[in-house]
Amino acid sequence: MTLQDLRPGESGRILEFEPNAVTDRLMEMGMLPGSVVQVVRLAPLGDPMDLKVRGYHLSIRKAEAAQIRISKCEA
Amino acid sequence: MSPPDPISIALVGNPNVGKTTLFNRLTGLNQRIANFPGVTVERKSGTLTGAPHVEVIDLPGTYSLTPKSLDERIAYEVLVGRRDKAPDLAVCVVDAGNLERNLYVASQVMDIGVPVIVALNMIDAAEENGLVIDASVLEAELGVPVIPLVATRGEGVDQLKKQILDPPEPAQGYRWSLMDAVSAKVPELSRQLTAEVDEVQPGHIQMEVLRALAEDNALDVWRGSAPEFVRRTEELRKEFAERGVAWRHAEVSGRYAWIGPITNKAVRRERESTTVSDRIDALLTHSIFGPLFFLVILIGVFQAVFSWATPAMDLIETGISAFAGTVQSVFPPGWATDLLADGVITGVGNVVVFLPQILLLFFFLGLMEDTGYMARSAFIMDRIMKRVGLSGGSVLPLLSSYACAIPGIMAARTLDNERDRLITIMVAPLMSCSARLPVYTLFIAAFIPAGTLMGVFGTQGLAMFSMYMMGTVMAFGAAAVLKRFVFTKGPESYFVMELPPYRRPRARQLLLRMIQRSKVFAVRAGKIILACSIVLWFLASYPAVDTDSLRMQIEMQAAEQREAGYAEAETLLPAPDMALPALDDSLDVGDPVMAQIQAMMQQAEYNYTAAMDSAQLVQQSAQIRGSAIGYMGRILEPVMQPLGFDWKISAGLVSAFAAREVIISTLGIIYSVADAEEGVALRDALKADRYPDGRPVFTPLVAVSLLVFFVFALQCMSTLAIARRETNTWRWPLVMWLYMTILAYIASLLVYQGGQLLGLS
Repeated sequence: MTLQDLRPGESGRILEFEPNAVTDRLMEMGMLPGSVVQVVRLAPLGDPMDLKVRGYHLSIRKAEAAQIRISKCEA
Repeated sequence: MSPPDPISIALVGNPNVGKTTLFNRLTGLNQRIANFPGVTVERKSGTLTGAPHVEVIDLPGTYSLTPKSLDERIAYEVLVGRRDKAPDLAVCVVDAGNLERNLYVASQVMDIGVPVIVALNMIDAAEENGLVIDASVLEAELGVPVIPLVATRGEGVDQLKKQILDPPEPAQGYRWSLMDAVSAKVPELSRQLTAEVDEVQPGHIQMEVLRALAEDNALDVWRGSAPEFVRRTEELRKEFAERGVAWRHAEVSGRYAWIGPITNKAVRRERESTTVSDRIDALLTHSIFGPLFFLVILIGVFQAVFSWATPAMDLIETGISAFAGTVQSVFPPGWATDLLADGVITGVGNVVVFLPQILLLFFFLGLMEDTGYMARSAFIMDRIMKRVGLSGGSVLPLLSSYACAIPGIMAARTLDNERDRLITIMVAPLMSCSARLPVYTLFIAAFIPAGTLMGVFGTQGLAMFSMYMMGTVMAFGAAAVLKRFVFTKGPESYFVMELPPYRRPRARQLLLRMIQRSKVFAVRAGKIILACSIVLWFLASYPAVDTDSLRMQIEMQAAEQREAGYAEAETLLPAPDMALPALDDSLDVGDPVMAQIQAMMQQAEYNYTAAMDSAQLVQQSAQIRGSAIGYMGRILEPVMQPLGFDWKISAGLVSAFAAREVIISTLGIIYSVADAEEGVALRDALKADRYPDGRPVFTPLVAVSLLVFFVFALQCMSTLAIARRETNTWRWPLVMWLYMTILAYIASLLVYQGGQLLGLS
């Protein structure tokens, strides 16, 4: 599954990325394979997402989230 | 004692970590803002207070030194000395509440080999959120001095200054380890690069190699000078990919693997808490309350910008015309005085008048930035902006443009996608700015009949609303078209935005930045505006029309008419040899014949005074009719006639290039109307004007056509000036002017010709 499939409140561990400039940027901002990411909420119109990663909030679009394969963490 | 050698220090760090606040604390008001040569990135520098030999450079906020954005490229180039002399010291500003990600760029800076100090900012906020940070552990682990501080309150700034004046040894780089498979290839690539180019300092070779390996932009730099190195790097990338080596994030992973344990050691989480910021976010980005709040904020800001600025704008307007008047009366009459008063002072005044609005808008933009709400507004609006190919980041620049395109264009700087930034700049002037408002008001009041539609909506209000809608819809349309056909290169619009914690804004910071930004506008745009004003003055004043003979003619006519009036009154006298009575203010003479005579005499006097008063207006009117602008109006007339515009409107449009609202005063002069700004007299004059064949010059259809023209046309040299500054080329302002003018022409043509076909007038 990808990060896009997580619902607000759920977390996932990153497995791998589609290689491109945007995911390069996400990695520099601390989203690395192995990192745990929590979906905090969605924007009022359903996109983008508000993520919590390494203790801070990062917002990305679902289209970008779809490029990140994860395994869901059980609560 | 000789003065100490000048040294320079660079402030580097992520966005939203209080870097600029610290910069202001370190330099006070000794600041200079310029652009780095050849690019639009701002170079902010200043001298350390109390130590004038120390130059502090505030680098743009970056998450990394790998060149994905222009800001990152510039920050890197400054740090390695490719822009100016390399700085003697780098101060890495990091957010204590978000240490791990912040240390990423710090680890890159440490690899450069300059002395490094870590400024651990915002420890107060971190503590509030239950984080305890042991600065001495951090210092020992990183091997560089770490100074905890709260820049907003000035705490710890003195210690930082002391440390700056007593700099440490250069930081020891490469404490992190690269995965073996990649690491094994670095020496080979380093040798290759060194063999092909000699401009890279030995200490920076490894960094260049890693950057080139990981990032296409960085690799492209060497395509010309080191082709073999590029070929070999590309080969290695392929080789790695085949072997399953994650070369793309080799460096990133290595750095985080080093940073992670360090932060774990230095940071202790005392309690797990939902922060205040999280609670605010639950409300402000709530699916119903969030957009509602955004709307309220918007309406509030616009209300404030329009209504609070009005008294100041009125004051400035009065002041400028009084100043111009004083200049006219104090200096000897002549063209130089006229140029100064009517060209320079009035021209610059046309722009200064908008300064209160610009200041207020910058204030509110700064407030939104400092509190962290700016990022939330982008978060809420991104979905809508995505439809036209932009991102949420363009919302505020575009909305600001409703007040004035200038702060809007400047606010586009916050966009880190260059393609999005350019498109935003290009469409911002389509949003109806406040300078169009007086023009809309005049023509709507004059030609759109008051009334209601369906019993609810006032037609005039509706017309006004459609002006704003037309501009907005066109801005979005133009963005989509520009994206599809003009700005086709560059990365797709993406949205990766940090949502920083909400923070209490600081008045000092807010005001300082508001003034700095407004100053940039006033100074940079001011020069171009001044030049254009002078040119326009010459166009309106030359060739000089001999208006003196005209004046004499009017005066003679007035005198003759007065004579005639008296002569007529004389015929009413009961006895032919009787003399006319003395002019009396009252008509209360008793005898009805004498009262009538008195009334006719008074009328003659009144007409005479009025004619003499109008002489000056007629003189001005004759001048502009005969001037280059009038001439241009007549040349343009055949082109503009299909839109329903005669030469007078065309001349008004030429003059409106200085600033849109100038068309009102130009038409005022052409129609010899005093106090054109008051509107009523000009409105009547416009309605009364006829072509030689008796058709009215202004019909409601012409007015609508003109209104539409104003919605789309870029008649504002300040906007062009600021677009030139922000894009660093005349190309985009020129394209902007062309496409908007063509758009305006076609739209007006459709309105006027279509309206005529439908039998409207």
